[in-house]
Amino acid sequence: MELLERFALGDLEAFEALFRQFQGQVYGWILRIVRDPGTAEDLTVETFWRVYRAHARFRPEGNFGAWVRRIATNAAFDHLKRTRREVALVDDPQAAERPDPAVRREEQERIARAFLELPARLRVAATLALIEEEPYENIAEGLGISVGGVKTRVWRAVRLLRRKLKGLGTEP
Amino acid sequence: MKEQNNGSIGELLRRAIPPMTNPELSKDLWPQMLRRLDEPPSRVPWFDWALAALVAIWALALPQMIPILLFHL
Repeated sequence: MELLERFALGDLEAFEALFRQFQGQVYGWILRIVRDPGTAEDLTVETFWRVYRAHARFRPEGNFGAWVRRIATNAAFDHLKRTRREVALVDDPQAAERPDPAVRREEQERIARAFLELPARLRVAATLALIEEEPYENIAEGLGISVGGVKTRVWRAVRLLRRKLKGLGTEP
Repeated sequence: MKEQNNGSIGELLRRAIPPMTNPELSKDLWPQMLRRLDEPPSRVPWFDWALAALVAIWALALPQMIPILLFHL
């Protein structure tokens, strides 16, 4: 019997094999969203726990990787809705001395804070598209929406961010 | 979509919040996974059941108030 078929029947060994195969990939995806290694590890376990609980709903002919990525995105999304975390800012002491005012630390903090205030579903799309520069197709697959839907979320996030930054005296 | 505008704000964002370069998992999470699988399923606290019962009794006693409750949810 195929690995995915055995997993769909609830076989723990098949689940372990899939876990070992996909844990790194899922961790990397979640880390890009939540940006904290410890949280990403916990959410990777949470993702696979949800995966195991839902084994009966998985169709063995389907794409396991895409299915897990969608569950991982939901787990990360739930976490972002529950918490408002701090973003690690660039520790660059020379930034303030550079001629380009856009790289100044104070402005970076303003931008990071304004970004954190975006609604979670816009922030996730914008993080993956604008910061991590993931292809829109991958983001769409992870979020379980169309590429057009991703573009709309990113566009709305940018519009909202511009408005917030303008209110704070920063013109991007 | 104005993707060229996204580009400039994307650059600003990447300076403020640097991308995660090569996020590699440093340890095997299977032992953690096994512990999680062994945990007993979480139970709904008695307080939640009591609250749900109160809401149900209240809705049965005062059905005309249901739209007001829904409005406030």
